[in-house]
Amino acid sequence: MRRLALKGAFALLLVAIVLFAVFPFYYAIVSSFKTGSELFRVDYFPFSWNWSNYAAVFEQQPFARNIANSVAVAAAVVALSLFLGLTGAYALGRVKFRGRGILLLTILGVSMFPQVAVLSGMFEMIRFFGLYNNLVGLILANMILTLPFTVWVLTTFMRELPVELEEAALVDGASPWVIVTQVFMPLMWPAMVTTGLLAFIAAWNEFLFALTFTLTNDQRTVPVAIALITGASEKELPWGNIMAASIIVTVPIIVLVLIFQRKIVSGLTAGAVKG
Amino acid sequence: MTQQTLDHAAAAPAVASGKLSLGRSRVRAAWIFLAPMLLVLLLVAGWPLARTIYFGFTDADLSDIANYEFIGFANYLEYDDGEWYGLLVDPDWWNAVRNTLVFAFISVSLETALGLIIALALNASFPGRSILRAAVLIPWAIPTVVSAKMWGWMLHDQFGVLNDMLMGLGILSQPVAWTADPQLAMAAVIMVDVWKTTPFMALLILAGLQMLPSDCYEAARVDGVHPVKVFFRITLPLIRPAIMVAVIFRLLDALRIFDLIYVLTSNSTDTMSMSVYARQQLVDFQAVGYGSAASTLLFMVIAVLTVVYIVGGKVNLGEGNR
Repeated sequence: MRRLALKGAFALLLVAIVLFAVFPFYYAIVSSFKTGSELFRVDYFPFSWNWSNYAAVFEQQPFARNIANSVAVAAAVVALSLFLGLTGAYALGRVKFRGRGILLLTILGVSMFPQVAVLSGMFEMIRFFGLYNNLVGLILANMILTLPFTVWVLTTFMRELPVELEEAALVDGASPWVIVTQVFMPLMWPAMVTTGLLAFIAAWNEFLFALTFTLTNDQRTVPVAIALITGASEKELPWGNIMAASIIVTVPIIVLVLIFQRKIVSGLTAGAVKG
Repeated sequence: MTQQTLDHAAAAPAVASGKLSLGRSRVRAAWIFLAPMLLVLLLVAGWPLARTIYFGFTDADLSDIANYEFIGFANYLEYDDGEWYGLLVDPDWWNAVRNTLVFAFISVSLETALGLIIALALNASFPGRSILRAAVLIPWAIPTVVSAKMWGWMLHDQFGVLNDMLMGLGILSQPVAWTADPQLAMAAVIMVDVWKTTPFMALLILAGLQMLPSDCYEAARVDGVHPVKVFFRITLPLIRPAIMVAVIFRLLDALRIFDLIYVLTSNSTDTMSMSVYARQQLVDFQAVGYGSAASTLLFMVIAVLTVVYIVGGKVNLGEGNR
């Protein structure tokens, strides 16, 4: 009898955890299908599938452009981070040289930087390069978020690879570039998928730089576009539109995360990367 | 040790150049491989940070950032005509410091406690465990700005679902303005942050739990030790390192919070964090010098904590084992 009660309590705990985790997202979906005065009533279940909010999001601002901006920035950031991370990780993980420990520590230190601490210096630099209100500037700025942990995690993985592989290649007279691209890269794919995903999510979610370094609607990324959706007045935010926009940009990320959940968890714990 | 065997093996085909120069060319290649990465890091982290610290000693203005004068510590503290000026006597700054500390301390404590509970539940075996694990990842995956908006709607003073639920349960007698009420705004911010980042905590703790040796538990079970005692005497001490790492990472993250507070409550002084304060000075008030001084102080706080963590936590940099 006591066993049964314990089991029931545990099941209740599990249900509570799932509700706690999923309800806000679920409620946003329900709300995104409501228009007009329907929004002023609390409903726990969807009663209609009215897609007009979704259409309105694209009509009232260049949301498709914002999505394209976010995809472009995130993809470029991932490609750059992986390239620089992989070459850097080879040096840091496979070659012993003076100052390696200090370098690794410094890189770990950079991942702790508060974004706002580089904001004014970065603003000046972006102005100097003529990249204000330009996606290239955002790509550059985002590297500070993704590069340190990419290097860190890839170095950890690189270190684990067997030394015999490299020996064999060296005996064949392979150059370091060939060793990295032909020998290590095929073995590093799992780690690169993990770090690439984490970098993509970091760049996709980035807000402070995108808010500060862009000016016009058509250069904004998705988080800024959503944060700046306004209605007729400050008091009347178009909640239906905001929820629809939120669902549009969140669903792809959630699908990615669910598909790659094991890889992401291993990446998060391997580097103890920031969330 | 492995390095030595590698050098021996490599020495065979490289008789002409000799073992020493091979090792040297390897190191040279390593620096060439490192150069692009280091260059980018210097460009996006080192240089802007140095400039921000320097701006903190100037009267730079956002509208004309190229023209400024060096004013020493005046942004931090200055005595002029019988009165003190500067960041260190600015009540708004200290309010932001207090808000940030309150936020970081309470949210990380709650996240650790809840994360531990969720991790323990996920560590048990039951049908549907993978579904639960996937569900827990959802808040982590949602962009911070989006979660701030989702909760902003749920916390709406008139049509919010949270008021409706709490009134349905009889906990509230009338709707409350979660994000506007000075007494509740910080609680609302903490609530959203706990929802968003507890999964991260739970997953890190779970990774620690899954590495625990099973023989201690078998011994405890054979001896008939009460499960609660097992938890406090065996589990908790063993996963303390994993929890500490997660807590430090979350704490450093919480101290620089910006997105959530900015989107949920904008520039309200009830919740303004150090990052929000610094950005408001920098961008909204165009005071690059003063805002940079605030950013520098925030950086110093986090830098000191990071150094304490790295030195105290003896982070394994792999120097010893290869």
